[in-house]
Amino acid sequence: MKAYKTLLAASIASLAAPAAFAQGIDEQVNQAFATATGPFVSFIFAPIPGTGFPWIVMWLVIAATVFTIYFGAVQFRFFGHAIGLVKGDYSDPNDAGEVSHFQALATALSGTVGLGNIAGVAVAVGIGGPGATFWMILAGLLGMASKFTECTLGVKYRNEYEDGTVSGGPMYYISKGFNELGLPGGKILAVLFSIFCILGALGGGNMFQANQAHAQISGIVGDYPGWITGLIFAAVVFAVIVGGIKSIATVTEKVVPLMGILYVGAALIILIANYNMIGWAFGQIFAGAFTGLGVAGGMVGALIQGFKRAAFSNEAGVGSAAIAHSAVKTKEPITEGFVSLLEPLIDTVVICTMTALVIVISQQLIIDETTGVYMLNEAGTAIATVDGNTGVALTSAAFGSTISWFPFVLAIAVILFAFSTMISWSYYGLKAWTYLFGEGKTVELVFKIIFCIFIVIGASASLGPVIDFSDAAIFAMAVVNILALYFLMKLVRVELNSYAERLEKGEIKKFGH
Amino acid sequence: MTVKITVGLDGTDTGERALTFARDLASRIENCELIVTYVIEWSPFTFQTAEENEKRHKRRDEEINIATTRVVTPAVEALKDAGIKAQGVVQHGDVAETLNRIATEHGASQIIVGRVSNDGFTKRIFGSSTQNLVMHASVPVTVVG
Repeated sequence: MKAYKTLLAASIASLAAPAAFAQGIDEQVNQAFATATGPFVSFIFAPIPGTGFPWIVMWLVIAATVFTIYFGAVQFRFFGHAIGLVKGDYSDPNDAGEVSHFQALATALSGTVGLGNIAGVAVAVGIGGPGATFWMILAGLLGMASKFTECTLGVKYRNEYEDGTVSGGPMYYISKGFNELGLPGGKILAVLFSIFCILGALGGGNMFQANQAHAQISGIVGDYPGWITGLIFAAVVFAVIVGGIKSIATVTEKVVPLMGILYVGAALIILIANYNMIGWAFGQIFAGAFTGLGVAGGMVGALIQGFKRAAFSNEAGVGSAAIAHSAVKTKEPITEGFVSLLEPLIDTVVICTMTALVIVISQQLIIDETTGVYMLNEAGTAIATVDGNTGVALTSAAFGSTISWFPFVLAIAVILFAFSTMISWSYYGLKAWTYLFGEGKTVELVFKIIFCIFIVIGASASLGPVIDFSDAAIFAMAVVNILALYFLMKLVRVELNSYAERLEKGEIKKFGH
Repeated sequence: MTVKITVGLDGTDTGERALTFARDLASRIENCELIVTYVIEWSPFTFQTAEENEKRHKRRDEEINIATTRVVTPAVEALKDAGIKAQGVVQHGDVAETLNRIATEHGASQIIVGRVSNDGFTKRIFGSSTQNLVMHASVPVTVVG
């Protein structure tokens, strides 16, 4: 609590500091950060030799396709069953009081639904054009199979401790699963995953959130140094994860779903208000998907952006959701897999598409009237927008063009989403951290403090280096996780076949409620 | 044949009054068994943090343990001392729904509950558990004031 007060005091005092000095700190942080993370980012996004296509994007798409084929389009065959599970149709009333399928899904979703859906989509559409949306939806649909695979394993191989608490996630299923199959290298992969998970927690789960939250706030109250936002956020996160002030987290957990509903509701209102343009928008999305409509990088650019942002938003194949889903007490690990496949659908196919449609329909992206294709900005790196907006500011302007006061609601939503994603990822990062360094109060405290420091760095740095590092860290998790999933997927198929057979025979019954 | 009666406790005075009433009733019926039930209000459709989920199983055991040792077991013991057959049940769930289900599962011929345990704003919107039970129960319900 003391540290919390000191942080607050420092941030208030800093408001009085000369602006030039403050901007200097931002710049220094930004530069140091970009230099430090450069090589890692270049490696992850290295293009396949002879093409401009990053190998990592290919890696994710191939994996999602392989899982979709290997499990016989599980995301479509068991879609209805997944809904039934979430509704509680198959829950034994005698197990009431344990974490329900709905709760596990909601918890995992609050970690993924967030700025990826608001800012990330704007980045994708801003660079890749409307066509990016098509690839994003496709990636979302395929990603459902990846999510299914990892979450089933997450529950199957979690650790259950004597006191009744649980710990799970890729680090556990990789080491235990490889052991079971007699494969070497499980431990090394698990350690590697944990390292990347910590980086991912600090990147996409933290810095990107802080950065975009700051962009949103300064868009409304006027420009001011990012580290101030960073300090305030860090203080609140610190209060929750170190100070154990549960009430803040509890309130957020209840308000965030409401914000999500409000966001989709507002998007729907805008779509209804412009219903005559929906057809045109979809036309742009399809045409852009295959021709690029003149955007930077053409069709490939649209595809890369779509796939990248989908993966960043729904985290399918990344392994983070497997950590969140492991808490469910179920006799059938595979049921958690079925439930989790709804995540990419809700996150990407529904919410991200809404954002993209609103941006396209609000005509924030400038179209050259003579050629009918999108105009690029001066640097030629992205599509020119009405006020030069990018990221969350673009989404905000798009919503604001129809509902003038919505940017204020969006600002609150962004702050809350950023906050809840940070809390979720602090948990994921902590699980990886304790896997590496063991459980214990001091060990955990060290990670939590590092986590809070990165909030300040994230809010201070500019979007470019932050988003690069965030993507790179999250995708690095996917490199290890997916590699392991290829070896472990046969274990999931055994479960799937057995379950499907029993479901067919009527051995898995609905409970009358 | 044993006549079974479910009695709902909630750790409050009204619950105690329901129990007293049930005991008097049971003492007048030949071969009667009381199913002393405590339902821990719980919904599968709430939003929780990952950390809460992680500790949920442990918390559930603690909740069941507290309800059993503080409310249900003392009640069952007292009934047995008074020469009445009794068994205790503790479960999580929606109070009205769960009481009704337990009564049905045990083949109870009626449910006895206290009048109202929650009040104020929530009651005005959602009605009380007792109201819900009275409206939806599959066996007769006696509400003790």
